[in-house]
Amino acid sequence: MEIFGVPSALLGSQLLVGLINGSFYAILSLGLAIIFGLLNIINFAHGAQYMMGAFVAWIALTKFGVNYWVALFLSPIIIGALGVVIERTMLRKLYKLDHLYGLLLTFGLALIFEGLFRDQYGISGQSYPVPELLQGGVNLGFMFLPIYRGWVVVAALTVCFGTWFVIEKTKLGAYLRAGTENPQIVQALGINVPLLITFTYGFGVALAAFAGVLAAPVYQVNPLMGANLIIVVFAVVVIGGMGSIMGSILTGLGLGLIEGLTRVFYPEASAVVVFVIMVIVLLVRPAGLFGKAA
Amino acid sequence: MQMKKLTTLACAAAFATLSGAASAQISGNTVKIAVLTDMSGTYSDVAGPGAVLATQMAIDDFIAEAKPAFKVEMVSADHQNKADIASNRARQWFERDGVDTVTELVTTSTALAVMKIAKEMDRVALMSGPASTPITNEQCNDRTVHYTYDTYSLANGTAKAVTQQGGKNWFFLTADYAFGQSLEKDSSAVVVANGGKVLGSVRHPFPASDFSSFLLQAQASGAQIIGLANAGADTTNAIKQAAEFGITPKQQLAGLLMFISDVHSLGLQNAQTMYLTTGFYWDFDDGTRAWSKRFFDKHKKMPTMVQAGQYSSVLHYLRAVNAVGSDDAGKVMEQMKKTPINDFFAKNGRIREDGRMVHDMYLAQVKTPEESKGPWDYYHIRATIPAEEAFLPLSESVCPLVKK
Repeated sequence: MEIFGVPSALLGSQLLVGLINGSFYAILSLGLAIIFGLLNIINFAHGAQYMMGAFVAWIALTKFGVNYWVALFLSPIIIGALGVVIERTMLRKLYKLDHLYGLLLTFGLALIFEGLFRDQYGISGQSYPVPELLQGGVNLGFMFLPIYRGWVVVAALTVCFGTWFVIEKTKLGAYLRAGTENPQIVQALGINVPLLITFTYGFGVALAAFAGVLAAPVYQVNPLMGANLIIVVFAVVVIGGMGSIMGSILTGLGLGLIEGLTRVFYPEASAVVVFVIMVIVLLVRPAGLFGKAA
Repeated sequence: MQMKKLTTLACAAAFATLSGAASAQISGNTVKIAVLTDMSGTYSDVAGPGAVLATQMAIDDFIAEAKPAFKVEMVSADHQNKADIASNRARQWFERDGVDTVTELVTTSTALAVMKIAKEMDRVALMSGPASTPITNEQCNDRTVHYTYDTYSLANGTAKAVTQQGGKNWFFLTADYAFGQSLEKDSSAVVVANGGKVLGSVRHPFPASDFSSFLLQAQASGAQIIGLANAGADTTNAIKQAAEFGITPKQQLAGLLMFISDVHSLGLQNAQTMYLTTGFYWDFDDGTRAWSKRFFDKHKKMPTMVQAGQYSSVLHYLRAVNAVGSDDAGKVMEQMKKTPINDFFAKNGRIREDGRMVHDMYLAQVKTPEESKGPWDYYHIRATIPAEEAFLPLSESVCPLVKK
């Protein structure tokens, strides 16, 4: 059977692959959206933090023999802690200024981090093996699905929806959302808003590192792996609507699917399609698909 | 007014004679060699700091061997793979700093820009890193040497060997820019000429990180061989993901531009049994091992063919300067073309009239993890492609310097 001249089996497999890539977009754009929502900081270091998450996992494995499952927790904690330090020592001083200053600072940090890793490990990248438990694949009839890729979708979606649940349905999340709306009043009610902000930035950064560990066995672990991805993720956040939690998750997945389809019908355009959609969305709904107009 | 013009003209003529006389020697009694390369980007492991080190080694070895009466100096800069940065830097070096030759020039766009300036300023461009054939074909000039390899020699080596060994049906995974398309074109021609068939190709954006969609299309084509007409991280990611999706070993991959740094980064588990063409392998004979060990002691990585070629080209240049006792570009070029090159890097090497340095190339197959004795023990050399067959034949060249 064929759909628009493409065998349906190929189409099915492309949709699945699109969903896998979409999960990476979702988890990265979620981190960005949370950080922007509470801190008003456009975290340009997100790609570098994703890269460092992957590198910490690789260093832990090759130098200390720490396996994948431990790294999946360890790496976000280490990089998240680094995020906390950055927030406490640098970002904190910028909250009263224009968005642009935060963007420039984090962009500078991204360049420094990437430069340091490039100097240490070169540009070619390192191989991280797929963990033993997740090696091999299953034949779905229309495609051979590597088990690891299936795991990526499950893990990413679990973390995404877990985060959404915490923010939208729990008391902690309520404080967070209230802090976003009106920090002065929340502070007056006895909640430590600066601590909340520090914690939020650390958590957003940890999400990036978590995505980095998930990506390590799939891509070469290389100092520029985040630089290539971050621009697309920014487009995802813009399309979804800055600061919208569910919006960023759904948009990430949806754009992964659209990109997957483009790769079948007109592969040359697959790097551009996300940006074309971004332009259209900005023209029609400037606040983004899920965003509220200011 | 007329008188003034005449005087100016006379002065100019006098200066011209003077500078003509001076060029029989070495300007400032110093030969200045510039290394213009990618120090931090995609190609910095292939060329980059290693190429700068190789240049310094060549200069040191030359001084020790020839004890020249003139001084040799090196300068280097990062062109960031951008043609405009490369042009500005080269122009400044030539005009202000008295640089005699600009070398390395990985990334074709920077090479094409700088070779034009070198020609205009009457200096030499020595290229080790760039891959595209127009450098010595459509855009050739008589002040350029293209030293290490090019897309023709790679396609010719790998595509020919794989097709002749029974890999008749090909599908190309091509980076969607000039280099990838030229590599696909050259390789397709070789496949067809050797009785093979090209079933199709997919153009992926450059750079890309996820290749699964493109690989699934290659898989659906049913081709025996998937030709990777890309480079660097694109190639290594595609190879890694092909194994992940169970595409290899049912279908075979052929890397059309792979360096030893790529194999090192992938690991043998991912790269094993692949064919590739190279101009240099460190573990080829005693000469290559001795030089590579010196390089390794300083750089902690084995040399790529670009870095080894860089050493050889700079040494060849300096010996030519020494032989003619002048840094005049025309005389040095003549001497370089006249002298055959046989060193640890180049076997049966010579620089043709189009500026192409032809030398033996090697068809290598990546070892399996069991066959490898340790780090950097990566290749079986399966065949030697003789110098005269490895590169584009002069009879097919459109370079105006080639007399037909």
